[in-house]
Amino acid sequence: MSEQIKKFMYINRRAPYGTIYAWESLEVVLIGAAFDQDVSLAFMDDGVFQLVKGQDTVDVEMKNFSPTYKALGDYDVTNLYVEKESLEERGLTLEDLMPLTYEDEDDDWAEKDSIRLVSRAEMADIMDEQDVFFSF
Amino acid sequence: MAIEANGKTFETDEEGYLTNLGEWEPAVADVMAKEDDLELTDEHWEIINFLREYYEEYQIAPAVRVLTKAVGKRLGKEKGNSKYLYSLFPYGPGKQACRFAGLPKPTGCI
Repeated sequence: MSEQIKKFMYINRRAPYGTIYAWESLEVVLIGAAFDQDVSLAFMDDGVFQLVKGQDTVDVEMKNFSPTYKALGDYDVTNLYVEKESLEERGLTLEDLMPLTYEDEDDDWAEKDSIRLVSRAEMADIMDEQDVFFSF
Repeated sequence: MAIEANGKTFETDEEGYLTNLGEWEPAVADVMAKEDDLELTDEHWEIINFLREYYEEYQIAPAVRVLTKAVGKRLGKEKGNSKYLYSLFPYGPGKQACRFAGLPKPTGCI
């Protein structure tokens, strides 16, 4: 079976609202999670805004889907790579992002962070290891 | 499509899910259950209410394996298995219970 497991990476580069890309990406991730692949998400450029906490969409009249990122851990999606430079260029830090966690089944269900802050160079290395990309 | 409950009309999609989630009231679940030849017990309501809380918190209807795991954690191991959930909701705890709860079809349910 192991040779059938591929490394899937979903790349998110756009702001959460204004276009449908961010929500579509999240839905595809949740649906794809049923297939038991090795899934990770990358947040770069304006995509880092998808994870900012305290989102309020009342005035733009779109559904605030940011709480759904908190369900990713339940779907066993536990690798969320956030590019450090993209955050810095937008005046953001890790503290501006929602705390996203998962429970590690192999470690007595200990709660662990899903967000991994990586540099642009590290992101390039991580991408190099992937088999399949979905770009949103 | 539409269903009648509590003297009101509720619009549904082609698969029977409520079109407007905000309109839901418990009578909707009772009517939908009756159409499926089910009588809702406290055990059914425990799962329906759990699903509504899950949706409130995460804005999605969970896939059945996610629901099973979450039920086990919140309501106890003896309920967090598909045998128990299917005994309550024979058409699938994800699809059928979510429909009764006024939620959309589960995300990640295939």
